[in-house]
Amino acid sequence: MEMDEIQKRLIEEVADLHDVPVGAYNFRANSKLVGRNTTANIDIVSKEDGSGIDITVKPGTKKESIHIPVVISASGLKEVVYNDFYIGEDSDVVIVAGCGIDNCGKQDSEHDGVHRFFIGKNARVKYVEKHYGSGEGEGKRLLNPGTEIHMDEGAVMEMEMVQIKGVDSTHRTSTAELKAGAKLYIQERLMTHGEQKAYSSYDVVLEGDGSSADIVSRSVARDDSYQKVDLCIRGDAECYGHTECDSIIMDNGRVLAVPALEANCVDASLVHEAAIGKIAGEQLDKLMTLGLTEQEAEEQIINGFLK
Amino acid sequence: MLELKNISYTVDEGDNSKTIINGLNLKIDDGKFVVITGPNGGGKSTLAKIIAGIIKPDEGQIIFNGEDITSLSITERARKGVSFAFQQPVKFKGIKVIDLLRIAAGKDLKIPEACTYLAEVGLCARDYIDREVNGSLSGGELKRIEIATIIARKTSLSVFDEPEAGIDLWSFQNLTRIFEKMRKDISDGSILIISHQERILKIADEIIVIADGKVTKQGKGEEILPQIIGTDSAVDACSMLTNDGGNK
Repeated sequence: MEMDEIQKRLIEEVADLHDVPVGAYNFRANSKLVGRNTTANIDIVSKEDGSGIDITVKPGTKKESIHIPVVISASGLKEVVYNDFYIGEDSDVVIVAGCGIDNCGKQDSEHDGVHRFFIGKNARVKYVEKHYGSGEGEGKRLLNPGTEIHMDEGAVMEMEMVQIKGVDSTHRTSTAELKAGAKLYIQERLMTHGEQKAYSSYDVVLEGDGSSADIVSRSVARDDSYQKVDLCIRGDAECYGHTECDSIIMDNGRVLAVPALEANCVDASLVHEAAIGKIAGEQLDKLMTLGLTEQEAEEQIINGFLK
Repeated sequence: MLELKNISYTVDEGDNSKTIINGLNLKIDDGKFVVITGPNGGGKSTLAKIIAGIIKPDEGQIIFNGEDITSLSITERARKGVSFAFQQPVKFKGIKVIDLLRIAAGKDLKIPEACTYLAEVGLCARDYIDREVNGSLSGGELKRIEIATIIARKTSLSVFDEPEAGIDLWSFQNLTRIFEKMRKDISDGSILIISHQERILKIADEIIVIADGKVTKQGKGEEILPQIIGTDSAVDACSMLTNDGGNK
């Protein structure tokens, strides 16, 4: 696979990959395909109009993984990508996506990725998405991911969304609809610094009886950054939904948390928790009595919080 | 050795000010197990925080092992060998028991070593090492983990602020055994415990009674204990059931 050092470093940041992974993968660098592998059970094909890829997992596929990292190391590049995942019934797969942008130039670089998931009956998916930005240029690093999830009966999806460094602006939009017995777990970790702005919204509809969703967003806003987090769950059936939005603010950081719950069925049970505040003084005191400096204590608390 | 010289601390309460510590003098010798007791609101916890550096006194000097540490920060005092166990253990999101023990030990503690510290406070390491130090742990469990962090530090002075506070009677009975063992194993370091509990007072080399921000009695355990037994400076464990361990 042809990649330069910057691109390799970005891949490492967003996909924890030091080498070519086992299983299916599709590597994209500066809007070009640089490597692809399919397996007997997982197929990856480019869309005919060139706008993205279709990933199809055969029913019953177990313990396989799919890596689809994207890196951008050219300044001024803007791309919109549509990736569709068709996950067959009773399968169990891990999908690692992510985007790293290194912008050393003056122009903005932007990646807008839309991921659509069609998850079959009783299938299990673990989805990890990391975003990372680096580069000293004046050009901004912009990432706008969209995630659309359709879950059939009994499907289970666990999502980890992480963006902790270097992305100047992000608009993250996630929607999901769950049929009977489907379960969705989302863990979001977000850190903004400098003048960064992050908007994250979740809109989850629990359509079927026995469906459930648990969305936990933890974020840290430092320096002069701003975050808006919308967590919305609608319950149309006998279902359970829980959202938690927990933010630490530092320096001049600002956070707006907008929880929303809508119950359209008497058997829907929906819970929301939200908390915004600075690091508790006693947490700093405790770690300082163990010998850490105030700054070291702060780092430990934030690292733990975003783990 | 720890020496407090003429320590005073006053807080503002609206238009009035309230003196919490009032010209207090105190010496703690090396190798001693010392218990500070006295009525509630007498300034004991404030004093412990002054020793740890969490509260800065308005007046006075703190001498630790021959060095004036009055102006030193919490961190600097910790690095010089002062440990402090909080009355209400602090909870964290995402920080695990092993993380806290590693920070306390100041090194990348290996699991077996971490386990010995947990075993010392009566916790089965396997069940706890990867647990987060958060509200999912009971008051008694948090207390033991707090004590384990102090043991892991191995410093020359360990201060415990009311280890019996906020835990049930059964947990307390077990906790006293930990302190009895510490008493037995004591070498050069000294242990300072703030407590009303008779079982803790009974094993003290020295008892100090603090009331109204001053030392009102100080002496050998066997001399002081008979003078205070039955008062709210020395309660037996059963009275915890009726008065919440004097923890108000």
